[in-house]
Amino acid sequence: MIGIEHYVVVSSILFVLGVLGIFLNRKNVIVILMAIELILLAVNLNLVAFSSFLGDLTGQIFAMFVLTVAAGEAAVGLAILVIYFRGRGSIAVDDVNRMKG
Amino acid sequence: MNSILFIVFLPLAAAIVAGLGNKALGAVPAKVLTTGALFVSCALSWPIFLGFLSGTAEASVTPVLHWVRSGAMTFDWALRVDTLTAVMLVVITSVSALVHLYSWGYMDEDPDQPRFFAYLSLFTFAMLMLVTADNLVQMFFGWEGVGLASYLLIGFWFRKPSACAAAIKAFVVNRVGDLGFMLGIFGTFLVFQTTSIPAILAAAPGMAGSTIGFLGHRFDTMTVLCVLLFIGAMGKSAQLGLHTWLPDAMEGPTPVSALIHAATMVTAGVFMVCRLSPMFATSPTAMHFVTFIGAATCFFAATVGTTQWDIKRVIAYSTCSQLGYMFFAAGVGAFGSAMFHLFTHAFFKALLFLGAGSVIHAMHHEQDMRYYGGLRKEIKWTFWAMMAGTLAITGVGVSDVFGFTGGFAGFHSKDSILEAAFASGTEIGSFAFWCGITAALMTSFYSWRLVFLTFYGTPRWAASEHIQHAVHDAHGHGHDAHGHDNHAAQEGAGDPHAQHHVPDPHHGEGTGGYHPHESPLSMLIPLGLLSLGAVFAGFVFAHAFISEGTGEFWKGALVFNEHLIHAMHGVPVWVKWAPFTVMAIGFVTAWYAYLKNPKLPEAFVEQMGVVHKFVFNKWYFDELYNFLFVRPAFWLGRVFWKQGDVGIIDRFGPNGAAWVVAQGSRVAQRVQSGYLYSYALVMLIGLVMGISWVVVR
Repeated sequence: MIGIEHYVVVSSILFVLGVLGIFLNRKNVIVILMAIELILLAVNLNLVAFSSFLGDLTGQIFAMFVLTVAAGEAAVGLAILVIYFRGRGSIAVDDVNRMKG
Repeated sequence: MNSILFIVFLPLAAAIVAGLGNKALGAVPAKVLTTGALFVSCALSWPIFLGFLSGTAEASVTPVLHWVRSGAMTFDWALRVDTLTAVMLVVITSVSALVHLYSWGYMDEDPDQPRFFAYLSLFTFAMLMLVTADNLVQMFFGWEGVGLASYLLIGFWFRKPSACAAAIKAFVVNRVGDLGFMLGIFGTFLVFQTTSIPAILAAAPGMAGSTIGFLGHRFDTMTVLCVLLFIGAMGKSAQLGLHTWLPDAMEGPTPVSALIHAATMVTAGVFMVCRLSPMFATSPTAMHFVTFIGAATCFFAATVGTTQWDIKRVIAYSTCSQLGYMFFAAGVGAFGSAMFHLFTHAFFKALLFLGAGSVIHAMHHEQDMRYYGGLRKEIKWTFWAMMAGTLAITGVGVSDVFGFTGGFAGFHSKDSILEAAFASGTEIGSFAFWCGITAALMTSFYSWRLVFLTFYGTPRWAASEHIQHAVHDAHGHGHDAHGHDNHAAQEGAGDPHAQHHVPDPHHGEGTGGYHPHESPLSMLIPLGLLSLGAVFAGFVFAHAFISEGTGEFWKGALVFNEHLIHAMHGVPVWVKWAPFTVMAIGFVTAWYAYLKNPKLPEAFVEQMGVVHKFVFNKWYFDELYNFLFVRPAFWLGRVFWKQGDVGIIDRFGPNGAAWVVAQGSRVAQRVQSGYLYSYALVMLIGLVMGISWVVVR
């Protein structure tokens, strides 16, 4: 029987993978965007699992919102990325350090 | 209005205007203003003096302002005029006015003339405050004022390191004396509960014999006070022990040497002792001390004067020596003679300095007498002025020939001092007498040596760098005035044997194609007027100052010992003729050694190498003080600087704080990488920590 614990463990693994994807990734900004998607999806999984477990639909509705926001975020993020690539000619993470004072 | 107010405050006003106006005012208005103020002061001073001379004037005190009212301690600004002050007034204002005029010519090329004249006038004001003081505090004000002006004027050419060093030396050595003076003032206030000079002098005899605790012992009150005050006088008047600053003070412009370091400021000590003479008269010990220091200085400075090459240094040591005469005159109780010598000395010594300045001017700022010679025909007027000064300082005159006694200024005053020392009858008095006689011999020797080396013989100008510079320079006068006095710094260095080589037969002979030029009229007029003073001041005023029954002239302004005057007239004939005899011996010796047989000094130095070296190096006083005081002071300062300030305060204070900040920011700097992921990591860590805190709590 697949219980709530399994969902929680999977979503935790996904979440940690996403977080590590942000920090350990040295190659590409797109990977960061993907890692963010992964985090959001892990959260979604948690929301849906708990919604079903508790019999409360609010969680699933909230998951729909998160999906919407994630879609928007991906669109905006990719657009920024395109602009950035035009300007700098590179989207390697190690080259993106203009915030250094 | 009282004329004394104008006499004292006109120079101050002129100094303020010229000093603040400075470059904006321009050289000529500043010169006109200061010189004019001084001539007005001078013109107002002489009637006061003549009034006292004729016996019509009375001592008076002119109040100016309240100063301090604090419990028992009250003193005001007030100008006291009595005979003593009147004598000083004419000396100061006359010499100062003439020196102002002289400086028109001497400082003509200098770019900083307003500053120079402002300092000169400021000095005159401070000196006038000193001599008109009615209380010790005001006297101290003037005392420090002249010290300041002296410092400023010695260091007038402040771009020259030797001038700055000399100025600092003068200031510091004077501080040592001033400490004594201040302690004397404090002690006087402690004992008498007042600083008013008349009150102190009135109460002084009552204090004789009482004792006071000082440095853990009990001493005679008046002795302690007088010795302390006299230490102040020693500093200002360059007496043995505190004399080292005076020869170095010759770094200043020559008019300054004439005014401050010959005629007026250095005599402030003598004036102070005379002003407080009733105090000194109550303590025989202090009087003996004064006599001893005076006599020793008079002898010491004369010996050094015989060996120096720099024309100004010879006269500087001569000044030191003459001040010694004044002090031992005061010490044996002949305060009138001391003041009389001060009076005549001011004229002939200012004359000698201004004459030397004129020679230096003519010789293009060469000061070394080895490069002079044969100037008699080139600068005739200066020569005659110097002759008058030399005749005065050596004391040429005859005593009681066909009932006539008379001579040049120095004759009257110096002879009266020597007679007083002899007539005092004490052991210390006869010590002073013999010191004085020996010094008179040497005075005559070095004065004539100066004249012979400078004005007689053959020209030895060619070897002088200054002259060569002048000859090669088409515009003989277009050079920087700051190049003055270079030789003064070199003096004292090297082997005296090699240096003592007057007429070099191989090089240095001849004029080198240089033609000395006589000084302008602005310099010759003061020389002429001072020559009159040097010739006649003694003869004309001797009666008033030192004859029997002249207590009326002094009117109690100083202790006038009729008994001593009487004894002075009774001294044996040989005592009367001794100064003249030694003067003649000195003259002949100088003539023989420097004109007749110029090889003699060199041979003498060969024979007496050690003695000559000792005297030539000024008895090693500077070296001794360097070893005893200057180097330990430097060492101590360096310890405080390196170990104390840099090692502890800076290290743990500002530098330590800066180090911590630098290290901290170096760590913080590493955090700011600019990489997004590291910022995100920090955010995550913060978030985790925040949540943990909320959860765990």
